[in-house]
Amino acid sequence: MLQIILYFLIILALTKPMGLYLAHVFEGKARWMGWLERPLYRLLGIQPDEDQDWRKYALCTLAFSAFSMLLTYGLLRMQGLLPLNPQGFSGEQMTPHLAFNTAASFMTNTNWQSYSPESTLSYFSNMVSLAIHNWASAAVGLAVAVALVRGLARKSAGGIGNFWSDVVRGTLYVLLPICAVGAIIFVASGVPQTFEGPKAITTIEGAKQTIALGPVASQEIIKQLGTNGGGFFNANSAHPFENPTPWADLFSKVLMFLIPAGLTYMFGRMVGNVRQGWAVFAAMSVLFLAGAGISTVAEQSGNPAFAQYGVERANMEGKEVRFGIAGSTLFASITTGASCGAVNSMHDSYTPIGGLVPLFNILTGEVIFGGVGAGLYGMLLFVILAVFIAGLMVGRTPEYLGKKIGKFEVQMAMIAVLAMAISILGMTALGSVLELPKQGSMAALNTLGETVYGPMTGNLNNPGPHGFTEMLYAFTSATGNNGSAFAGITANTPIYNTLLGLAMIIGRFLVIIPVLAIAGHMARKKVAPASAGTFPTDSATFTLLLVGVVVIVGALTFFPALALGPIVEHLQMTGGR
Amino acid sequence: MKIIRPAIVLTLFFVLVTGFAFPYLITGIAQTAFRHQANGSMVTVGGKVVGSELIGQSFESSKFFHPRPSAAGSGYDANNSSGTNLGPTNPKLLEGEKDFDGIKQLAAKYRELNGVGADVVLPVDAVTRSSSGLDPHITVDNARLQAARVAKENGVSRAEIDRLIRELTETPLFGLGEKPYVNVLRLNERVAGLR
Repeated sequence: MLQIILYFLIILALTKPMGLYLAHVFEGKARWMGWLERPLYRLLGIQPDEDQDWRKYALCTLAFSAFSMLLTYGLLRMQGLLPLNPQGFSGEQMTPHLAFNTAASFMTNTNWQSYSPESTLSYFSNMVSLAIHNWASAAVGLAVAVALVRGLARKSAGGIGNFWSDVVRGTLYVLLPICAVGAIIFVASGVPQTFEGPKAITTIEGAKQTIALGPVASQEIIKQLGTNGGGFFNANSAHPFENPTPWADLFSKVLMFLIPAGLTYMFGRMVGNVRQGWAVFAAMSVLFLAGAGISTVAEQSGNPAFAQYGVERANMEGKEVRFGIAGSTLFASITTGASCGAVNSMHDSYTPIGGLVPLFNILTGEVIFGGVGAGLYGMLLFVILAVFIAGLMVGRTPEYLGKKIGKFEVQMAMIAVLAMAISILGMTALGSVLELPKQGSMAALNTLGETVYGPMTGNLNNPGPHGFTEMLYAFTSATGNNGSAFAGITANTPIYNTLLGLAMIIGRFLVIIPVLAIAGHMARKKVAPASAGTFPTDSATFTLLLVGVVVIVGALTFFPALALGPIVEHLQMTGGR
Repeated sequence: MKIIRPAIVLTLFFVLVTGFAFPYLITGIAQTAFRHQANGSMVTVGGKVVGSELIGQSFESSKFFHPRPSAAGSGYDANNSSGTNLGPTNPKLLEGEKDFDGIKQLAAKYRELNGVGADVVLPVDAVTRSSSGLDPHITVDNARLQAARVAKENGVSRAEIDRLIRELTETPLFGLGEKPYVNVLRLNERVAGLR
């Protein structure tokens, strides 16, 4: 518990300086990378200060995302022909459905991995084909969040900023400098950075061991800072080469919340009242601390079944000794709150309640600090709903930051919330019942290599309600653009890869487009001075209302599904069955 | 066209700067300033590399401390990191299956090997598999339960082994972390040096 408090104090201390810097950058005041920035704008053929309306901004987002995803798809398929491939992987491991899933996964900042990197990906694929999205998708998330904040801050304005210069500024002034310093910190703590292939050694006892290496640190840093989460190795941040010490682990945790927390302050600053930012920060903090606390207690209370073998109950299955219980559960709460998806322990082996927390965090729509940019814009959607609900309760026209919230804004916010629910629940329901025949052309949809799985539930690693949770978690993680997994599930088959890839795209763009539409509409509105009837949105009351809306929307929508998974399993476990 | 050109150029910018320039720059600095860490923190005994300090490896001889059970490949396969991903109510985790030891079998084997009585509660890290399958550490509690066996098999005093454990004990994060632990390879390297 002390670890959670220490961590939270670090984030609290960093929020304001980070927020001030982000505001400085996105108001176009940072100039020290101008030597690279200005020629880049010329190459792009754009005017960095040309104000775009929301439709143009959204089109640019889609065009850039589509083209970069296409490039990655192509590069992954051609892996065998490309350099930096000491293990000699061919393109065969990268089947079309896996390449689609992976390209969608990295482009949408999900970083779900249906494959095991050590046996699938060349250094080139890791470092270039995939890692470029770690940067780009984070920069796009930042840009969309900043555009929404501008929409809320501006008065009677036509545009919400320029997509291209927002992405460029976020990359040059925010991501690159922090990563350059952070990557060296990772190397110093033991994360490898080499182009040598795997190293074969002989142990003291004479046994052979092959140790996978690679340019890990340069990818690790942006994986955490950009809340991407795609591991260089299968075990992700549990692998000692990605996360060698408890100090490196603390550093990783700070990186995940650094930008999302700073964005709340930037928001307050740009709308001219920092208390508005802190109100959002406080709502995120309440949800985060509650989840981290519950998960930690659940894992420390552990598995009652262990007692019959004379073993301590604390649940260390799927956890590393150097992180212990609290270091693991804290990481799990952060990575799922932040839409990162890196893991330093295997969520699949958590106790039911311990594993319910990460799942719940994603189901809230990734707004507990959330992904870079995505967290703030997601939470602001809930703010709109909260203001609307408050307006219904007191019988006044809802307004936020002096602007009236109309039918259009609420409709857009609901589209985002409902798209997520439909994707998660629809696909999980489909997966629970779909039985593909074991012979014929349809069988191939759930087949990889020599294995025929038949029903989609055949891909699960655990029986009963836990298996159901594996599948629910997979579609939740994909739709929420998180990327962590109850990793026992075998997802590298055509049907899973395709459905999960679609879920990621739905979860990314059916949120981004409504968010930009809201930004555009809000920018045009006039500001009315606050009156006695205005519901203050920078107060503790509002923070609690916001927490309530997030929990109720999450709980009401997903409670039946959670009841079938972790809740039943908890009752089974404590009932000794 | 006004959208296509910047989309293409910006993607290429990410390829060149973040895909190539950044990792090569970091590699250059890392290979100059932190050669040992950048190349995997390898441990050398008598001029030969015997493993990485950070990566767990299997020890099967009764003369050595044993690491945690591992789900990486056939055990400590450092090219195939993985946990079991077995849920807490899965009978396979608890009771095992053919060719797979559950916690029940792991606990029984641990007690037998180290002569630990049924009245002693076993440290949970001794019978559970880590998330990477490459956990290089065991808790000090776990090491102490193995100490008597290691002392006897190597013909040295228990006090000598206890001293090694004490010297190598790590308590990270100002002790805010959980249980103190030791690095198994480092410990066994010292044990081998006693003979």
